[in-house]
Amino acid sequence: MTTYIEAIRQGLLEEMRRDPDVFLIGEDIGAFGGAFKATDGLMEEFGPLRVVDTPIAEAGFTGLSIGASMMGMRPVVEFQFSDFMSCAFDQITNFAATTHYRLGIPVPVTFRAPTGGGFNGGPFHSGCPEMYYVHTPGLKVVAPGTVYDAKGLLKASIRDDNPVIYLEHKHLYRRLKEDIPEEDYVVPLGKASVKVQGTGLTILTYGAMLHACLAALELLPDHRGAIEIIDLRTLLPFDQETILDSVKKTGKVLIVHEARRTGGIAGELTAVIADQVFEYLDAPIRRVTAPDTPVPYAPPLEDFYLPNGSDVAKVASELLAY
Amino acid sequence: MSETALSTHDSEVSPNRDVLLKMLRYMKLHRAIESRLEIAYRQGKLVGPLFVGTGEEAIGVAGAVQLGAKDVIFPSHRDLGGFLAKGVSAEQVFLHYLGRKDGPTRGRDANLHFGVWEHRVGSFISHMAATVPVAAGAAFAIKSRNQAHVVLCYNGDGSTSRGDWHEGLNLAAVLELPIVYVCVNNQYAYSTPLSRQMAVDTVAERASGYGMPVQTVDGNDALAVYRAMQPAIARARGGLGPSFVECVTYRMTGHGAHDPADYVPKEFFEAGARTDPIEQFTNWLLSSSRVSPFDIDAIVREIEAEVETAWAVAEESDYPDGPETLEGVYAD
Repeated sequence: MTTYIEAIRQGLLEEMRRDPDVFLIGEDIGAFGGAFKATDGLMEEFGPLRVVDTPIAEAGFTGLSIGASMMGMRPVVEFQFSDFMSCAFDQITNFAATTHYRLGIPVPVTFRAPTGGGFNGGPFHSGCPEMYYVHTPGLKVVAPGTVYDAKGLLKASIRDDNPVIYLEHKHLYRRLKEDIPEEDYVVPLGKASVKVQGTGLTILTYGAMLHACLAALELLPDHRGAIEIIDLRTLLPFDQETILDSVKKTGKVLIVHEARRTGGIAGELTAVIADQVFEYLDAPIRRVTAPDTPVPYAPPLEDFYLPNGSDVAKVASELLAY
Repeated sequence: MSETALSTHDSEVSPNRDVLLKMLRYMKLHRAIESRLEIAYRQGKLVGPLFVGTGEEAIGVAGAVQLGAKDVIFPSHRDLGGFLAKGVSAEQVFLHYLGRKDGPTRGRDANLHFGVWEHRVGSFISHMAATVPVAAGAAFAIKSRNQAHVVLCYNGDGSTSRGDWHEGLNLAAVLELPIVYVCVNNQYAYSTPLSRQMAVDTVAERASGYGMPVQTVDGNDALAVYRAMQPAIARARGGLGPSFVECVTYRMTGHGAHDPADYVPKEFFEAGARTDPIEQFTNWLLSSSRVSPFDIDAIVREIEAEVETAWAVAEESDYPDGPETLEGVYAD
């Protein structure tokens, strides 16, 4: 059995062995092996020029990774927490995302960002910043929700010629365990995965919320076969075809995300569904999300903030009864 | 800054005649291209703003002429001479300014925001100092691959107040990267004079804090810039790490062609005019008999023809079609 974080470590290790242009850069990733140990042992094998410890300078090492990628290398940046990507926002959105459009040269950087709440990390260690980047053409944004996808999406991100934001969910690091193939595989970017098939309600989700949706299914034993759960896996570009095919079949939609409500991807998905398959809808499109507040610290506050299986089950049963 | 004559000590390293002629040619071409653009701007033929490097031509050129084809340069918006010395043509510059489909960004970006990567010329963006860490990354790739190439990164004094500048210099020093940072210190960040930008006397003091050799030179003295750049480039090429060269100069226009620069005292412009880098360099070349008046006439005629032909070609060329907006967002 492999954990989610071990799958990430293996993905890095295998890509570094496969391609000498792949290198890792970030804070405390070398001798220390990373704040979450995703790079444990890699400096011993690859040395300090391929596992590069940096000063606390997110804009600096992000810019550095962009310049190295322009020269044909494939940097994998580790942000210690996805919250700290804001320090490098300019480099990511204005430099990395526009370089191919302006200069016609690829910027194959992968930005790994430990994301999400569920461990009382408070306002600056628990955020879900994906939508800042989903709003930026030129980037791709992925968010694995399973061990298999954690490895396969990471390898695909590293091999992709565009800057990719890879949001790995901290809450899943050691809680998720799966048997995954020993041989090399990738999970293509831009493809959703139908995790559970059903005929009466489509639930669209990603990241740790996939597991809240699966928990909701356990709370609704009478509705087995009615609920379809789709893991988006890639948020930019999202898999419109899989989403619309499912909605045409079920006629009802619930969107679940840990990111805040206003400007969350639920809004964009709702617009596309309403625009493309309105006549198939049998109920209002509903969403379960975090509220529009900073992520709070105290357990009762964070428990209230984070969507859970009961929240999803409640709205799902309302929709099924609609 | 003192207004000294060109440094002509025989003991100092001096470029050979071919290099001297090349320097003169690119400095003059820089000014000729931008003079043509100023005319076009006044005629309303430029679709966007214009920022020129009049009076600052020595700085980009004296560094870039020392580079090879695989060395990398990240110029900023007053360093057109650096683009030219690395192989970018007048025609590419005009196509770019006019937003034409055959230009280096196919109409995507404006003014000097472009690069031609086949010549290893990177593009800066409007967010000043953003290229400082990016250029460090190009140098990191060179170091990782154990190559002997170098990177030159140009920025104005204004950008040295931004965080990216400080993070980039620090990373370059800590990682001992093969790069030379050049500050085009024209003493103004848009309307803000140096005294309101920093509480130290020189930009070099800021750089020095990161642990790299620094020099401050007269940026209007092409030979002095050349001589300051030479050991800095050699140090980078030898794998000994980054250096910093501050070139003090005068911004002889407003921030852009739209800016009358009423906030600049007239003594400043007078001092800049007295130390015009092209004039000083030309006088020295002639007085030291390194070139003849015929050599200079030939360069002037060649540049005039090149600029007029390039402008005519660019002006006749097509704009991109509107729907091309959608192309090239992603690499396939």
